[in-house]
Formats: sequence, C-alpha cells, structure tokens
Amino acid sequence: MATVELTNIKKIYAGGVEAVRDVSLTVPNGSFTVLLGPSGCGKSTLLRMIAGLETITSGTCKIGERVVNEIEPADRDIAMVFQNYALYPHMSVYDNMAYGLRNRGMPKPEIDKRVREAAVLLAIEEYLTRKPRALSGGQRQRVAMGRAIVREPQVFLFDEPLSNLDAKLRVTMRLEIKRLHNRLNATSIFVTHDQVEAMTLADQVVVMNSGRIEQIGAPGEVYKHPASRFVASFIGSPAMNLMTGKIVEPGVVETPGGKLPFDAKRFSASGEVEVGIRPEDIHTASSGGTSFTPELVEELGATRLLHGNFGSTPIIVAIPASGTVHENKEMRLSIDAQAVQLFDKATGRSLAR
Amino acid sequence: MQKRAIFGGKSLPYLLLLPQLFVVAVFFYWPASQALWQSFLLQDAFGLNTSFVWFENYKELFEDTGYYRTMLTTAVFAIMVAGLSLSLALLLAVQADKSIKGASVYKTLLIWPYAVAPAVAGVLWIFMFQPSLGVVAQGIRAMGWNWNPLLNGNDALTLVVLASTWKQISYNFLFFLAGLQSIPRAVIEAAAIDGASPARRFWTIILPLLSPTIFFLVVVNIVYVFFDTFGIIDAMTQGGPSKATETLVYKVFFDGRLGGNLGSSAAQSVILMIMVVALTAVQFRFIERRVAY
Ligand SMILES: Nc1ncnc2c1ncn2[C@@H]1O[C@H](COP(=O)(O)OP(=O)(O)OP(=O)(O)O)[C@@H](O)[C@H]1O
Ligand SMILES: [Mg+2]
Repeated sequence: MATVELTNIKKIYAGGVEAVRDVSLTVPNGSFTVLLGPSGCGKSTLLRMIAGLETITSGTCKIGERVVNEIEPADRDIAMVFQNYALYPHMSVYDNMAYGLRNRGMPKPEIDKRVREAAVLLAIEEYLTRKPRALSGGQRQRVAMGRAIVREPQVFLFDEPLSNLDAKLRVTMRLEIKRLHNRLNATSIFVTHDQVEAMTLADQVVVMNSGRIEQIGAPGEVYKHPASRFVASFIGSPAMNLMTGKIVEPGVVETPGGKLPFDAKRFSASGEVEVGIRPEDIHTASSGGTSFTPELVEELGATRLLHGNFGSTPIIVAIPASGTVHENKEMRLSIDAQAVQLFDKATGRSLAR
Repeated sequence: MQKRAIFGGKSLPYLLLLPQLFVVAVFFYWPASQALWQSFLLQDAFGLNTSFVWFENYKELFEDTGYYRTMLTTAVFAIMVAGLSLSLALLLAVQADKSIKGASVYKTLLIWPYAVAPAVAGVLWIFMFQPSLGVVAQGIRAMGWNWNPLLNGNDALTLVVLASTWKQISYNFLFFLAGLQSIPRAVIEAAAIDGASPARRFWTIILPLLSPTIFFLVVVNIVYVFFDTFGIIDAMTQGGPSKATETLVYKVFFDGRLGGNLGSSAAQSVILMIMVVALTAVQFRFIERRVAY
C-alpha cells in the first residue's frame, strides 16, 4: 500500500487537446478516492497517467516514495480494472488471473494459492476453467477484479468498472467493491461520472471539470459545502436551485423568491451574488416564508418534487410525500438559512470564508 | 435475432436460386466434369484417335518420378512463399499498427503490389534479376555470388519465391492489420500492466488472438501458391531450368498445352481439384471452431 501524490500534473495530447491542466492531488495510504466529473473532463486521462499508460506532459507523479513518471506500467506496482473488463479472451478465468503472476516468475504453488483465494473471495471458483465469453457481465467484472487482487498491488485503479452493468447489478457490485476495500484496505482510485457511486464508495471525492480539480473533500463535505457553482450543480439529484441575488444587509440576500437569510459567519459577500439552495433544504410552511405555486408535481414514492418558479427562475422543491399538494395552488415555503450557498457571480467560486 | 424470409411454396426460392446455380454449373461443374471425362481418355498426338482407358492416365502419373518431383517443388514453393509472405506481412502490419506518423502513406505503399498483375510482376522481377542486365543481379554478382536463375535451378526457385512473396504480402498485410486493429487496446494495456514485455505480449496475447486470421491466410496463401503463381512462373522461368520451378499447375499447362498429353493433364487437374476441395473443407471446419478461442 502506498500514498499517491500528484503535483502540477498536465496532459496535452498529440493533437493539442489539453485534457488535464495543473492537477495536484494526494491520495492517502489506504484511501478510496473517487475521481468524479462529467464526460470528457479528463478523469480517465489522469488515471491512465498514474497507471503509466499515458505519458505525463509535465508535473510529477509519486507512488509511495518513488517518482514514477518514467517508470513502465509493469514496474509501478499498480493494478487496473478497465471499463470493458479487458480480459484475455483466449485464456481461461484461471489463466487470466495467473497471467500477471506468471509474468513475474512467481512459483506455481504460490500462484495457485493466490488465484484460488481470490476466486473464493469473489465467488468465482466455479468458473475458473471457463473462457471469458462464457461469463455474464457481472462475472467478467469479478474476474477483472480478481486479476487485480491476486497481484496484491500498492494501488488499485478503476476506470468506470461498473458502467457496463445493468442498474441492479451495479448496486450489488458497488457494495462488493466497498466490502472488498474495507477488507483489503488498499489504496484505490476509482473513476466514475456517476455521483451516487462516488458518494457511496469514496472517503475522498475529487470533483473534476474540464481538466481541473474543482473540489477535493469527503462525500458529505462536497455535498454540503460545494466549493463552486459547478460542484453544487453537478452533485445532488435533482440539482441545486441556482438564482441571482443581491446582498441587502449582512445575513440577508434578496432573491426572486424574496428576502432569504444566510449564514453571515460562513459567507463574506456583498453586492450581486449567485444563490444556491438544494431542493431538499426547502420545506413547506403553514404561514409566512416565501410564496410558491407548484406548476407540476412529480411523485417519486418517498419524496415528491414540486416544479415552479421564483420570479422567472425555475425552482425544484423536494418534500416528503405526505399530505396532499395541489398543482397551481399557492403555498408557503420556508428555507433553511444554514443551507443557503453563495457563489461569486463572475468566477462561480463559493464565497465561504 | 435472425431474419428469415418466409416463402409460400417451394418454386419461388428455387427460381431465385436458378441464375446462381446456372453460373456455377456452366463455369464450374461443366469444365470440372469435362476434365474428369478427359482424364479417362487417351488421345494420340494429332487428336485423331481417342480411346477410353479408365485409370491408365492416373496410373502413369503415379508411376512417373517427375510428377513426385513436381509435387515436392510445389510443396517447397508453397511453404516458402506462405511462410515468408505471412511472416513479413505480420511484421509490417505490427509496425503499421503502432499508429506512427505517415501511417496512411506507409499502408498505401504496402498495398500497391497487390494491384500488379502476376505476369507483370514476373516481368518486373526478371528485369531486376536478369543475370547480365538486371540491377539487383548485378549487385549480387558484384558481391561475388555467381547468380544465374536462367541456369541454376535453386536461383530460379529463389527468384520465383521472392516474386510470389512480394506479390502476396499486400493481401496478407491487409488482413493482419485488420486483425490487429480488432484486438481491443485495453487488452494489450492490461497485459502491459500485468508485467508482460512487448515480446511476451506479442507471443501470448496478440498471436493467439490473431490465430483465426493466420489460419485463414495460410489456406488462402496455399491456394494462391498452387494456382495464382502461374503467371509469375510463366513470365519468369516457364518452369525451368530443367523443371526446377515447375509447380503442379504449371505442369498441367505444360503437359496439356505444350506436350499435347491432354489425358494426363486432365488427370492432374482432377488431383489438384481434390486437393483444393480438401483444403477448403479443412478451412470451413476450423473456421467454424474459430481456432484457439
Ligand atoms: N488519445 C487521445 N488523443 C487526443 N485526445 C484525447 C485522447 N484521449 C482523450 N482525449 C481527449 O481528452 C479529454 C479527456 O478525455 P478523458 O478520456 O480523460 O475523459 P473522461 O473524463 O474519462 O470522460 P468519460 O467519462 O467520457 O470517460 C477529452 O476531450 C478527449 O477528447
Ligand atoms: Mg473515461
């Protein structure tokens, strides 16, 4: 196990595409770090640079105590699980897992021991003699994980390993990966664009946007205290409501939905700002508060989404599905002052002190 | 999902098949049956007298040491051309697959030889290797090797092997390149992470995954050597010197057309036909099993 330390990493592809711009990141020993971001933001590129599959244009990548920039993938002591599994189609499951160990000249009994242990751990003992094409997607995924585990590497790298599975299997495999990590405690870096995966798996989430890191933090942290408008709108479903506002007095911001209180100790703001409120931080009130007319109501079972407007800004409100709500009938809402987020109008960065 | 056409009766499908069957009958079965019939006949040199002799032509063939010599020549020729053109094409395809700069120019240049007609290729190579005038031949002679494909059988065989190989590399290259490009990049990357050196990756991952392509090409190349090299041999050596480059197909032509022994020539054709049918059958069986994985 080892710490992974990236310092000022840049990647410019041959065609001139700047895929990663100046990323610095520390993945502590034993951490499960998730790189999260929209498609094309450079997550895979970053991961592949750590793996050694892509050259690093500038900056340094350290695994443990070693700078690995110029070191071959085979010698970095990492294992990677690919999106399409990348199993060797002509080899049995057993040989797929043993291949990396044989290449390193490990004695046969030791190889056998490791492969069988991993097979038990992943519940794939029955399939050891099968070829990958005779396996289901979930089973292939397990073999791909097995191939990584038997190597006992310093760092595990995952590039969207669950995205080819159906929704139900994805949830199961997610739990299994989590369990596996708790058991092996190996440093892991996991790439995904699925925020639920990120929130559930990570102890450290790295939110990326067009080649840059927007925020690094624990899942709860990036959810509650987004460092930028981008993070605020990317994390959480439905997305955070964003509207323009103006600070009228310390701790009060004027929005299309009326005057809202905010935590003046947390934010230092004046003049025009961008105001963010999560749908689940807006509650129904019997009187006072803000006036709101739901134009559309979506029932999601446990919760209910109300769609309407504050002035001309579209707003979504998430409330527990109890009682009744009538479409097109005015109601009152109260907003939690602690939950109001303020962002710089120009840069989009959070105005938190 | 399989899409199937549903026909009401049986006559329409047969009717639709008819043109194809007609073409096959006229251009394959009819000449084939003619050859078979001819192989049982003995004709005098002037074509005046024909008699039915059963398997006499075959018997004579198999008693003729010259026929075995031709078989051996063909086998050596086939192994050398297939071996050389396959391995060189694979080498070139592996290089082309590395997505180097100017790859498309490189590929286009490699494909050109395929567009050259066999006879033209033969003439080209004759020009280069003609003992007294050829550019390359002069070079070889300058190095102190008494190169003379017009007199030395081994030199002649080397020459037709080289020309035939050169002609076939493009075809093999195209298939190898397509085969290489269908191997997912992630599989190779996984092997690299798994600690396999480039050479080991080639032997343990790339080559096994190419095995269906290789098998297909081996069969195609053998058929090529058996039949399509006729033009090259005819243009360069006419089977000589003293039959050193006479292949089975060339012997069919030589005995029938030049020697006037139609019966023996027909019998040889029938034997060749059986060989090709056998090769094709083997190919179909193996392709169905998809070789190795
Ligand atoms: N080999 C390459 N050559 C040139 N540009 C590339 C190459 N690979 C990726 N890119 C570009 O680099 C950027 C980042 O790509 P990357 O694959 O890292 O995105 P990603 O965050 O993993 O996206 P996704 O979620 O879709 O996998 C994209 O704009 C992409 O087009
Ligand atoms: Mg990606």
